[in-house]
Amino acid sequence: MAESKSLRVAYGEALAELGSTNDKVVVLDADLSHATMTSIFASEYPDRFFNFGLAEANMVGAAAGFAHSGFVPFVSTFALFGTGRAYEQIRNSIAYPKANVKFGLSHSGLSVGEDGASHQSIEDIALMRVLPGMTIFVPCDPVETKKAVFAAASMEGPVYIRVARPVVDVITSEETPFIPGKANIMREGFDICIIAAGLMVRDALKAADSLSQKGIHAAVVNMHTIKPIDSDVILDMAQRCKAIVTAEEHSVIGGLGSAVAEVLAGRSDARFARIGIQDAFGRSGKPADLFRAYGLTPEDIERICIELMQ
Amino acid sequence: MDTRALLEKSKALRMDIIEMLYRCQSGHPGGSLSCLEILMALYYRVANVDAKNPGWEMRDQVVLSKGHGCPALYAILADKGYFPREDLWHLRQIDSHLQGHPDMRKTPGVDVSTGSLGQGASVAVGLALAARLKNASYKVYAVLGDGEIQEGMVWEAAMSAAHYRLDNLVFILDHNGLQIDGPNDHVMSLGDIVGKFAAFGFECRKVNGHDIDEIAEAMSDVPEGKPLFVLAETVKGRGVSFMENNAGWHGKPMNAEEYSKAIEELKGTHHG
Repeated sequence: MAESKSLRVAYGEALAELGSTNDKVVVLDADLSHATMTSIFASEYPDRFFNFGLAEANMVGAAAGFAHSGFVPFVSTFALFGTGRAYEQIRNSIAYPKANVKFGLSHSGLSVGEDGASHQSIEDIALMRVLPGMTIFVPCDPVETKKAVFAAASMEGPVYIRVARPVVDVITSEETPFIPGKANIMREGFDICIIAAGLMVRDALKAADSLSQKGIHAAVVNMHTIKPIDSDVILDMAQRCKAIVTAEEHSVIGGLGSAVAEVLAGRSDARFARIGIQDAFGRSGKPADLFRAYGLTPEDIERICIELMQ
Repeated sequence: MDTRALLEKSKALRMDIIEMLYRCQSGHPGGSLSCLEILMALYYRVANVDAKNPGWEMRDQVVLSKGHGCPALYAILADKGYFPREDLWHLRQIDSHLQGHPDMRKTPGVDVSTGSLGQGASVAVGLALAARLKNASYKVYAVLGDGEIQEGMVWEAAMSAAHYRLDNLVFILDHNGLQIDGPNDHVMSLGDIVGKFAAFGFECRKVNGHDIDEIAEAMSDVPEGKPLFVLAETVKGRGVSFMENNAGWHGKPMNAEEYSKAIEELKGTHHG
C-alpha cells in the first residue's frame, strides 16, 4: 500500500511528475510555494514556474494569458485566497472564455486547523460550482490526488482541485479508476448510503464499519467529482437505500450536500441529511478537535445515519 | 497607409461607431471615440496581425482592457476584414457575435475577453510571459482606461511586468480624464500617473492620443529589459462636439436628433 502523506505533498509531487512529460505545463504561485508544495516543480523546472507574490488577482489573470497562448497553467495558493480573493478574475478571465487553467488550491476546509477561520475555506466548492464549465475534483487521498492532477491536465477547460493539508492514509488504490464525473462506490450497502468527498470519505468508511456491527448496511460513495456530479449513482442509491447522507468538510450550503440535494429534489423519497459545516465560520484548533466541534467525525456520521434510519 | 488616408479613415470609423451605438441604443460612445486613434495606431501601423488568419500564433496581441471601448475595436476589425461590416449594425443584439464587451470566443480578431476593468492588464502580463517562454518575438499591447487604473489589480500587474522585465509588453493609457461619475480627480485622484508607472519600473512616454503617428512612434523603439507605458492624452467623445469632455456621454444612448448632428459633424470634421 502506498504511504500516507499530505495531499498537498501528493499534489506537488504529481505536478513535478506531470512537468517531466508535458512541457506545456506551467505553475503559478502566490508566495506559498513551500506550503502548496509547488516548490518541488519550481526546483525541477524553474523556467516554467512563476511566483506572483501576494497578488492572487493578477496571478489568475496572468494564468488566462498563459492558457490563451497554449500553455496549461496550474495555479496554486490557499483555497480561500484562490477562490475567494480572485473570484471575479476566475469568473470573467477564466471560466467565461473557457480558459484551460487548472487550480490546485491547498489548505482547504477546517483541516487547516490552528490558522483559524480567516484561513479555513469552507465555501470554495460553492463558489466554483456556480461557474459554468468549471470541473471540481475533491480527492480523498494521495493516490487520488495524483490522478486528479493528471486528469485535469488531460482535459480541456477550467478545473478546480481542492487539496487538503493533513497527512492522510491511502484508501484507494493505483488501480481504482478515476473518471471525471463518475463516482466510486467504496462500499456496497442497501440500508443507507453515505456520499462523501475528500477527507470525509475516510470517516464515512469508518462509520460504515461501525454501523455494520449494529446491523445497518451502509454504502459509501466517494464523490471525487463534485461537478459534473454523478446523478446516476445518486439516484440509483436513493432507490436502493432508505436514506442518503452527505458528508463534506465544507459548508452544507452550496457544496456536496447541496449538489446531491439538487439531484434528489423531486426525484426521490429517500430520507436525506447533510453533514458538514452548518452555516458557521471555523476557528483555531487542532484538526481533530475541530472535526469534533463541528460534528464531522465518524461517530457523528454514524449517529446521523442511525437517527435517519429510525 | 499614410497619415492623410488614416485621418479620412478615422472619420469613417467614428461614423461607424456612432451608427452602431445609435442603432443598439446602448453602449459607450465617449470612451470609444477617445481610444480610436490608439487602436488605429496599433492595427494600421504597429501590430503585426493578419485578418485572414485571426488565430495566427505569432501575431501581436491586442488586449482592449477597457472593454467598453469595443465599438472602436469592432469598427477597425470590420474595416480590416475580420468580419463583414454589416455585422456592426447588430452590436449588442441577441445572436450577434458582437457582445457588449469583447468576447474572444465569439468575435474573430478579439484576442482576449475583457469588460471587467483591470483584468486585461493581468492577462496581458500572462500573454507576454508566455511569449517569452515560447521564445516568440510577438508583442502584447494592452489598452487601459484612466478610470480603470483605480483598480488595484492594475498595479499588481504593473509590479509583475516590471519584476519579470517584460520588454515585450506595452500598456497604453487612454487618458481622457473622465469616468462615469465625473473627472478622475474628483472621483479618485490618479495623481502623477507617469511618475507612478516609472516608479513601478516602466519606461514611460507621453503622446497626443489622437495623433496616430505620434502614438506609433512612441512604440517603435522599445527599451530592453523593462515594460513600456504610453500615456495617451485624449478627449472623451472626440469628434462629436456635444460629447467632447462630457462625462454624461460615457454610456448614454443618442436620440435621433443627436445622432444626425453627430454624423453631420463627423462628415465635416477636419481634426488634427
